[in-house]
Amino acid sequence: MMKKTFKRGVHPLHSQHGGKAPTRNLETREYVSDTVIISMAMNIGAPATPCVKKGDQVLMGQVIGNANGFVSVPVHASVSGEVIAVDKIPYLGNEPVMAVTIKNDFADTWCELKPLGNVEQVDPSLIIPAIRDAGITGMGGASFPTHVKLTFKEGAKCDTILVNGAECETHLTADHRLMLENGRRIVDGLRAAMRATGVEKGIIAIEDNKPDAIQAMKKAAEGRQGVYIQALRTKYPQGGEKQLIEAVTGRQVPAGKLPLDCGVVVLNTGTCAAIADAIIDGKPLISRITTVTGCVRTPSNLKLRIGTIVEDAIGACGGFSQEPGKIFFGGAMTGICIPNIYVPMAKSTNGIVVLNEKEGKSKEESPCIRCGRCVAACPIGLNPYLIKVAADKSDFEAADKLHVNDCMLCGSCAYACPSRRWLTPSFKFAKDKLAAQAKAKGGAK
Amino acid sequence: MNLRLSTAPHVHHPVTTQRLMLFVIIALLPAAAAGVYAFGLPALLVLCISMASAVLSEFLWQKIARKPVRINDFSALVTGLILGLNLPATAPWWLAMIGSAFAVIIVKQLFGGLGDNFLNPAMAARAVLLASWPVHMTNYVAPTFFDSSIDAVATATPLVKPGTQLMDLFLGNIPGTIGEVSKAAILIGFLFLLITKTIQWQIPVVMVGSVALFSWMFGADPLAAILSGGVLFGAVFMATDYVTNPMTPWGQAIYAFGIGLIVSLIRQFGAYPEGVTYGILLMNIATPLIDRFLPRKIYGHQKEAKKA
Repeated sequence: MMKKTFKRGVHPLHSQHGGKAPTRNLETREYVSDTVIISMAMNIGAPATPCVKKGDQVLMGQVIGNANGFVSVPVHASVSGEVIAVDKIPYLGNEPVMAVTIKNDFADTWCELKPLGNVEQVDPSLIIPAIRDAGITGMGGASFPTHVKLTFKEGAKCDTILVNGAECETHLTADHRLMLENGRRIVDGLRAAMRATGVEKGIIAIEDNKPDAIQAMKKAAEGRQGVYIQALRTKYPQGGEKQLIEAVTGRQVPAGKLPLDCGVVVLNTGTCAAIADAIIDGKPLISRITTVTGCVRTPSNLKLRIGTIVEDAIGACGGFSQEPGKIFFGGAMTGICIPNIYVPMAKSTNGIVVLNEKEGKSKEESPCIRCGRCVAACPIGLNPYLIKVAADKSDFEAADKLHVNDCMLCGSCAYACPSRRWLTPSFKFAKDKLAAQAKAKGGAK
Repeated sequence: MNLRLSTAPHVHHPVTTQRLMLFVIIALLPAAAAGVYAFGLPALLVLCISMASAVLSEFLWQKIARKPVRINDFSALVTGLILGLNLPATAPWWLAMIGSAFAVIIVKQLFGGLGDNFLNPAMAARAVLLASWPVHMTNYVAPTFFDSSIDAVATATPLVKPGTQLMDLFLGNIPGTIGEVSKAAILIGFLFLLITKTIQWQIPVVMVGSVALFSWMFGADPLAAILSGGVLFGAVFMATDYVTNPMTPWGQAIYAFGIGLIVSLIRQFGAYPEGVTYGILLMNIATPLIDRFLPRKIYGHQKEAKKA
């Protein structure tokens, strides 16, 4: 089979296990913590509204936050026990978010579940509402509500559902383990999504640094209607939605549009497995696999209840092995730093990576030598060195003309830069400024 | 516990500006060694003076201008070494010194320092020296190979004369500047730069190909044209200067092709015997234009996006 890939890109940390954590051969183990803090703002769109109060007894899987409108999903209790707080907590962004804290009684008593049965036999019209009710959001990092993605607008034509098993980020092996250990669930979830939307073709795309996962998924997909496995040549950011579509189908998502505009929907492997759990067992999304690695004693893939506090997850991995200098959710290329170890992980937290003092230090910028490595790295085809000049001068109009808004902040240019220029941070700043300007303009009208 | 917060990415490719410059210096060493072997201790002296004065000029300028001193990025050392390799072994000490100071202060620092100069510093300095002291700059002697029985013979031009053997051209048994004589040594350096991914193949290969093509079209021997003068040295070490060549592979190909054309035109129809210096400098000037007007395909844009 021919391996496919996209244009340009980089190979981050290629020399260290191909950029992967030492966890790729370790079986996932379950860890349940004493307390969970479940954020109400785990999805893109409107946050949920808490519907329990302090002192309530809740069952596992019970709704504790109601969805607000279409682009929103309900939130469920990930353990059974007593609600000990419903309050705002500081989180990753600037604004505090509403969260429900539950003290675990370790009974794991499920609330009443409504399974729909075999994904091949269930009434297709019931699938999307069930996905919504299970609180499923994109589990690769973006947290976009999955039912919204699968609800096509009038006239939209989709011919392929892609399952993103690229896992191109450094350190992370959560999707890898899921494919090895629970491949059938991924295929079931994909089939459910295909039947719900009437799409005939489903392709599970996996990078060739996971040959065992490719084999496992091929086996899992045997005899399933319209499901194909595609091997990809390993390169970052292959798991970016746009790059994955380019690699597998050769199509490009039009600028400023959605994948659906070129006839494709992309789902993460974890999302597919969650869909299968929701349809077959009626279980909402209350746990996920998270890779905990870096400076921890026993790096592991943990199956964590949503809302597990970072401190507990690290404790489950034997604690820190060195003085931590930086901790982030996700891989090293796009990971979001956490301010302290008392924040909880969320539905999209695929990794918790701890860097030591030295690794965590920010590098000093030196002058651009126009070596062209950023240009050769940019998967979009931008000129990062020029955008950086514009952004540094706060000339956001010029940055806009240089297509900074097409930048998806993958970090490839900043990774490749020998002068350690802060390219991606500048572009994020410029994009935020432009978005704020556009919003202000829209408001003035 | 004091956790740092920063925007991604949190890792970097191990290569740094300093390491790239160091790779260039290592790649230049075979050519420098061959030059010293061919022309003896005077060549070594020229190289040392030009390197020392380049680094010193950068240091002094940055001190006087109250800028952060960045001599440890080795870029001035590279400039000094390349300029030295572009001088004849007979060059007087002050020639090397003036050249290096001009390269670093006038061509590089006055335009904003590393990365902001639009001309290759060593090339521009060589052009100025060539125009100001043409006699000193073209006082080429035949290689002595530390053999005292051979007299240092002054010869008129480094370009190929009838009767010169191609093998002599390749191995460096010809008069010329310190760095350009041994093509074998230059190729070793080229291989090193390719293996370490310091440079890509496009510029040297296209430039040499373009010189061969146009020499052949103008009726000269293409192989002799490549092996004589500074074509190979310029293609590997000077045209590939990051700062002054285009950013995209296609842009670099156009740039290198243009250098080959200009070199051939000057050699064939111009008053100067050698055209590599001016070929590179003229295409340095064209670089911003190439970067600006060469259309690029941006993901998700139907038409080739026009650049601002």
